[in-house]
Amino acid sequence: MSEPAKRKRTLRAWRGDASGGKFEEYTVEVDQGMVVLDLVHRAQRDAEGAGDMACRWNCKAGKCGSCSMEINGKPKLACMTRLGDYAPDEVIQVQPLKTFPIIRDLTTDVSWNYEQNKKIAPFTPPPRPEGDYRMKQKDVDRIQEFRKCIECFLCQDTCHVLRDHDKKAPATQPAGKPPQGFIGPRFMIRVAQLDMHPLDTVDRIPKLKEEWGSGYCNITKCCTEVCPEHINITDNGIIPMKERVVDRFYDPITMLLSKLGGGSKRTVQK
Amino acid sequence: MALDISELQTITHDVIVVGAGGAGLRAAIECSRQGLDTGVVCKSLLGKAHTVMAEGGAAAALGNADSRDNWKVHFRDTMRGGKFLNQWRMAELHAKEAPERIRELEEWGAVFDRTADGRINQRNFGGHRFPRLAHVGDRTGLELIRTLQDKGVHSGISVHMECTGLGLMMDGGRVAGMVGYWRETGRFVVFRAKAVIFATGGFGKAWKITSNSWEYTGDGQRMAYDVGAELMDMEFTQFHPTGMVWPPSVAGVLVTEGVRGEGGILRNKDGKRFMFEYIPEKFAAETADTEEEALRWLQGDRDARRPPELLTRDEVARSIYNEVKMGRGSPHGGAFLDISHRPADYVKKKLPSMYHQFKELAEVDITKEPMEVGPTFHYAMGGLAVDHDSQMCPKVPGLFACGEVAAGLHGANRLGGNSLSDLLVFGRRAGMGAKEFIDANPGLPKVDEARVKQLIDQAKEPLMRPDGENPYVLHDDLRESMTRNVGIWRDAEGMSQGIADIAKFRERLKNVKAHGTSQYNPGWSEAIDLHSMFVAAEATARSGLMREESRGAHSREDFQGERKEWIKYNIVCFKGDDGEMVVQKVERQSGPAELEKIANASIEDVEAGRV
Repeated sequence: MSEPAKRKRTLRAWRGDASGGKFEEYTVEVDQGMVVLDLVHRAQRDAEGAGDMACRWNCKAGKCGSCSMEINGKPKLACMTRLGDYAPDEVIQVQPLKTFPIIRDLTTDVSWNYEQNKKIAPFTPPPRPEGDYRMKQKDVDRIQEFRKCIECFLCQDTCHVLRDHDKKAPATQPAGKPPQGFIGPRFMIRVAQLDMHPLDTVDRIPKLKEEWGSGYCNITKCCTEVCPEHINITDNGIIPMKERVVDRFYDPITMLLSKLGGGSKRTVQK
Repeated sequence: MALDISELQTITHDVIVVGAGGAGLRAAIECSRQGLDTGVVCKSLLGKAHTVMAEGGAAAALGNADSRDNWKVHFRDTMRGGKFLNQWRMAELHAKEAPERIRELEEWGAVFDRTADGRINQRNFGGHRFPRLAHVGDRTGLELIRTLQDKGVHSGISVHMECTGLGLMMDGGRVAGMVGYWRETGRFVVFRAKAVIFATGGFGKAWKITSNSWEYTGDGQRMAYDVGAELMDMEFTQFHPTGMVWPPSVAGVLVTEGVRGEGGILRNKDGKRFMFEYIPEKFAAETADTEEEALRWLQGDRDARRPPELLTRDEVARSIYNEVKMGRGSPHGGAFLDISHRPADYVKKKLPSMYHQFKELAEVDITKEPMEVGPTFHYAMGGLAVDHDSQMCPKVPGLFACGEVAAGLHGANRLGGNSLSDLLVFGRRAGMGAKEFIDANPGLPKVDEARVKQLIDQAKEPLMRPDGENPYVLHDDLRESMTRNVGIWRDAEGMSQGIADIAKFRERLKNVKAHGTSQYNPGWSEAIDLHSMFVAAEATARSGLMREESRGAHSREDFQGERKEWIKYNIVCFKGDDGEMVVQKVERQSGPAELEKIANASIEDVEAGRV
């Protein structure tokens, strides 16, 4: 249930920068219903030495994806994690996302993600017909699920390809080599959303295989588990994309056809 | 320590756009389309701006959900919602251009909810005669910002993230650029440009109960005011009727008007559907007066009138406030908002964020039980006075403003859904305006070194002091004072107290200490942002004190009801020669005859095309 009124909580926060750091403890008064982000703010205001503790936040309502951090070992949004979910005397430990370079305290450099997005060719519809584009709700339901993504990058943080093996797709993919890294679950569903869009005309499947490293993902579903928007990243996004790669490049009939000079080109009418 | 200007980082673009919400991104895309080298400077990471919090939709008379809709009806609704203090031309441009801006967004990848025949669906909202809001569940703002972000990054725009503006530079009467600092390093940077577009949003962070994020501190209002721009309509601050009220830590977080658009009912603690008691005379002809009629409307009867829950935000916010004041509020000081009479699956499909927000933050299942809601500071109708077509600030050539930081479209009260369309229509227009200005003034203005030094020295003060007051506490004191003295109901005594408090807070700010270094230091940012919040808060209180009537979002205990003489004036604030704020009444120009006729016509005449 909710936090009882007027009691104290200890926040154990990682303080430091790229050169190193350590955990510091701050004990502050808390109110009913507080979330971890409130606790960070309370420490900034009330605790000796915490006034300059770096932490990103914006909406405080789970809509912008800024306050991503690791709370008691789990990647979470601080604004949607209630103190009442922890035992009353449990220390709340916060630290920055492990997968990205530390800037300071709880903030990390997530610019690699913005670079991946730039690689993905944007939505390209046919010219607008007289009147309006027409799309049925049932045909856009599945892409609307992916468009709920708030870019908190918790899935990127937890993806073992990026986190444990540090296989982040490099800025440029060397020609003729296997993919040097992975763009991560967030951009798998970005590609899925574009590929499944009823009006899109661009073929991104070859890049998915050859540059963006879709083969690195072995479907452990960790990304889906941490998604605060409850997007079914693995089942609805990554697996269908991996299947499309397989159909294109490994399906014997498609391979034969392509050798005969047909190939499978996307057309406007999918 | 002497400052060597030549060692400062300098970034030059044709135009810089400050702010990366919907208005800023739409402006930047337009600048880039016009061939300008465009830089976007934003306080947070790209894609996190306040626009992501917009939930309900973007208003545009597409006529998809009800073919009777057209720009004239939208224009009339906007003027009436704004209590006729809107700028005529802006309301006209907005109503005429919004549909095309929405279609364009779809072309850029936005995936709106669909009608049965596959077009963009539209939902009902307060003050809109017809279902008019293009939407995506209750996360329309996210859809809008992500679409513009993806369009923008592929349009060759340079984005400078996590950089906050400190002040503008001028050169011979035109704007020459902006000085800012990088949050990450605390280093200073000079942006040089031929034109500057402000899309910096509002200033709700000066109030305690607000739906606004930390960025909303009035930076654009203050930076422009400092170089001579006029702030207009600052007394009109919108209290959204439905913010969360419990638990205390989430008080103020927005509950979308979409809940009422989808049929949500407001009740007091006695279970009474109280909005029927608060239907104002001028909306009586267009509002249902029985529960039976309201139900028929929800079921799609085109002859039934709209439920009173869909009156404009100012009316609903005051009604909830009054119920609480009369002792009929919910346990935590709000009203009950109930959508549980609609099918659970439908609620989860159309209001998914609300479902999760209440489930996760308040342990309430909105498909089964009512929400508790109350007014929250949401939006500033006022802001920088701009030219109605180009969005340029008349007193500061080369400076443009669009979105919430600009004034004029919404008058005394904004209709829900008119903000997202505002961003698109006037973001684009600001970009076009900047292009036109740069074509006529192609030279790159000079850097004013003395000004750069002054801005940097001032910013460094809180870090340099050996000791002093806590900036967070000063901010809390400001918020407390504004909510108490310049809240939803106001009077002369309270607003005068607010003004006196701000004077004292300014003195205290001279002694504020930010501990630590300049690197990613939120305490230091807080100390810097307070300057801006003070200007915005003071302008709100001073304009409010001058306007001796209750109109739209400005409600006075000591001057209840609209006063005829006040419909003739907008109020502006600017910085006087002595550095003090000057407040003035400005006589309004009457609208073009054609527009006046539409705004004042009966709804039957507008619908039948007789005007």
